[in-house]
Amino acid sequence: MRNVAQIATAFAALAAVAACATKPAPVVAPQAPVVAPPPRAPAPPPAPIRQGPTPGSIEDFQRNAGDRVYFDYDQYDLSSESRAGLDKQAAWLQRYPSARILIAGNADERGTREYNLALGARRSAAVRSYLVAQGVSAGRITTTSYGKERPIDTRASEDGWARNRNAHTEITSGAVVG
Amino acid sequence: MRNLITRVLAAAAGLLLGLPWASAPARAAIEVDIVQGHLNPLPFAAPDFIGTDGPSQQLGRDLARVIRADLERSALFRPVDPAAYIQQFGSVNDTPRFADWQVLNAQALVVGQANIQADGRMRVEFRLYDVSAGQEIEGVGQQFAATPDNWRRIAHKISDALYERLTGEKGYFDTRIVFVDERGSKTNRVKRLAIMDQDGANTNFLTGGDALVLTPRFSPTAQQITYLSFAFGMPRVFLFSIDTNRQEVLGEFPGLTFAPRFSPDGGSVVFTLEVNGNSEIYRMDLRTRERQRLTNHPAIDTSPSFSPDGSQIVFTSDRGGSPQLYVMEASGANPKRISFGQGRYTTPVWSPRGDLIAFTRQASGRFGVGVVRPDGSGERILSDAYLDEGPTWSPNGRVIMFFRQFTVSDEPNLWSVDLTGQNLRKISTPGDASDPAWSPILP
Repeated sequence: MRNVAQIATAFAALAAVAACATKPAPVVAPQAPVVAPPPRAPAPPPAPIRQGPTPGSIEDFQRNAGDRVYFDYDQYDLSSESRAGLDKQAAWLQRYPSARILIAGNADERGTREYNLALGARRSAAVRSYLVAQGVSAGRITTTSYGKERPIDTRASEDGWARNRNAHTEITSGAVVG
Repeated sequence: MRNLITRVLAAAAGLLLGLPWASAPARAAIEVDIVQGHLNPLPFAAPDFIGTDGPSQQLGRDLARVIRADLERSALFRPVDPAAYIQQFGSVNDTPRFADWQVLNAQALVVGQANIQADGRMRVEFRLYDVSAGQEIEGVGQQFAATPDNWRRIAHKISDALYERLTGEKGYFDTRIVFVDERGSKTNRVKRLAIMDQDGANTNFLTGGDALVLTPRFSPTAQQITYLSFAFGMPRVFLFSIDTNRQEVLGEFPGLTFAPRFSPDGGSVVFTLEVNGNSEIYRMDLRTRERQRLTNHPAIDTSPSFSPDGSQIVFTSDRGGSPQLYVMEASGANPKRISFGQGRYTTPVWSPRGDLIAFTRQASGRFGVGVVRPDGSGERILSDAYLDEGPTWSPNGRVIMFFRQFTVSDEPNLWSVDLTGQNLRKISTPGDASDPAWSPILP
C-alpha cells in the first residue's frame, strides 16, 4: 500500500515538471549569498614589454630558481625537497654561466654561537657539493656561515626555527641587470 | 694578629676541602666563608673617606660608595646602613670607638682618607679594623697615588685588598668586561664590541657597528682581545689592541676562522678553521705565526679553551653524535669525552683556578650554565632560562658571568652567578648585551 502512495507522489511531481516545461514559471535569480567583491588591485602601471623579472637577473633567480633550502634540526643532509630546489638553482646557474654565488649557512637559535657557526658551514658546504655535482663550476661558488646571527623569521616556534635553518644562495656578481 | 692569620688559613683550608665555615676555629672573630658566605654575609662599615676640602670630600664619598657596592655585590659582605653610623672620623689616624661600631653589629670597619694634593694628584689611604677584637688588621692598609680621574680603579683596588684580607682569596674588582653591545631588531641586529668596568661603569665602544662582531676574549697577559669579525664578509678571527685601538686579522686561511681564545701565556691563539664544511681546531703562535692543527676528525670540533697550566685543551665536538665536551692534551693527543649528562654541551671554558670547566648545557628546550671537573665528575648546573649561554670566569674563579634571554621574547643581557649557584645578578649595560669575557686583574 505504501508503494502505491509513493508512486502516486512521483507521478504528481512528474506532472508538475511537465507543467513547468510547457509553461515556464517567472524567472527568479537564485539567491546567492552576499559576498564582497575581491579588492581591486590598483590600476597596473603601463604594461611592461615583458611580464615578470628580467631573465638572468637576481630577481629572476630568487623567484624562479629559489634562493633558500631548509634543513632539519642540527642536520645538514639535503632532503628531496631541498635537492629539487637546488636542481632549479643549478639549471639557472648553467643558463647564466657568468653568475657567481655566495652560499651562507644559517642555524636556528636552539644552539650556541660557535657550534652554530660550524653547523652553518656544514650546511653551505653540503649545498656547494650538490651544485658542483650538478655541473656548476666550483670556482663560481663561495661559502660562508652566519650561525644563528641572521634569522629571517622572528617567531620563537617550531615553524620560525624551521625557516631559520637554511642555506641561502646569493648572486654576488654576473647577473643580468634587470 | 695571630687570630687573623688563623682565620685566613682556616678560610683557605675550608676552600680546599670544600667545607662550610662551621669547621673553622671558634676563636675566629671575623670570618668570611667564601663557599657559604652568601648565607651569612659579614656586616661591615665603610664611612665616606675623610677629605679636608670640598673636592676631596666628594672623592671620599665616591670611593666609599664604590667600595661598599663592590663588597655588597659579592654577597659575602653586607654593608651596615651608613645612616646608622655614630662615630665621625676627623682623620684616618683617629682610633675607632669600637663600642660605637659593635652596637651596629659591624664586624669589619674600613676608615679612609682622600686628599687632592697641590700637584693635582690624589692620595688615598685606608685602614681596616676588626671591630669585635677591637684592633687594626695590619698589613692590608695601603696608600695609593693617582690622578683623580682614576678614582674608580683606586676604589676597586681597595675592595680587592679588603676582599683578599677577609676571605683569603684574590679579589676580582679591579677588572673589566669586554662584551658585544646589541641594538636593533632581531633580523637586522647591529653588534659592537664594548668594554666596561666589572661593575658596569665606564662603558666604551671599541668597534663602530658596521661589521658584525662576536665572541671577544681577553688576553691573560696583555691589553689585547681576540674576537670574531665579519669585517671581510666571512667569519675571521681578529686581534684588537686596547691601548692603540688597532685591529688586525689573524692570518690568511683557506676557510672560515672562529671561536678564538688565547693560551695562558698569551703567546698563541687556539681557534676553529673550517674547510669544506669540516671544522678543526688549530693553534697559531702570535710571534712566529706558525700554525698547528690539533684535531683531525670529520665531526665538528670547536670552542677550544686551555687549562691554566697550558697542558690541556677542552673543546666541543659532535663526534659522538651530539655536541659534547672533550679534553685533549695541548698537542691534540688523547681526546677524551668528559660530559655524559642529558643534553648538549657546548662553550666550555676552563676556570683560571684549573679545578673546574664551565659550559652551556641545552636540555629539554632550555639552556643553562654549569660546571664540571676536568675529569667529568661533579657536574653542577648553576642557571636555567630560555637561553643562558657563554660563561666567563672572574679571575679568582669564584663568579661566572654569561648572557641570558629569560623568555622567548626577551632580549639578551649580562648576568653573573656565584660558583655556589647563588647570588644571581643582572649586570647593567647601556643596551642589550651578549658574549661577556672577563679580564684578568688589571696590571
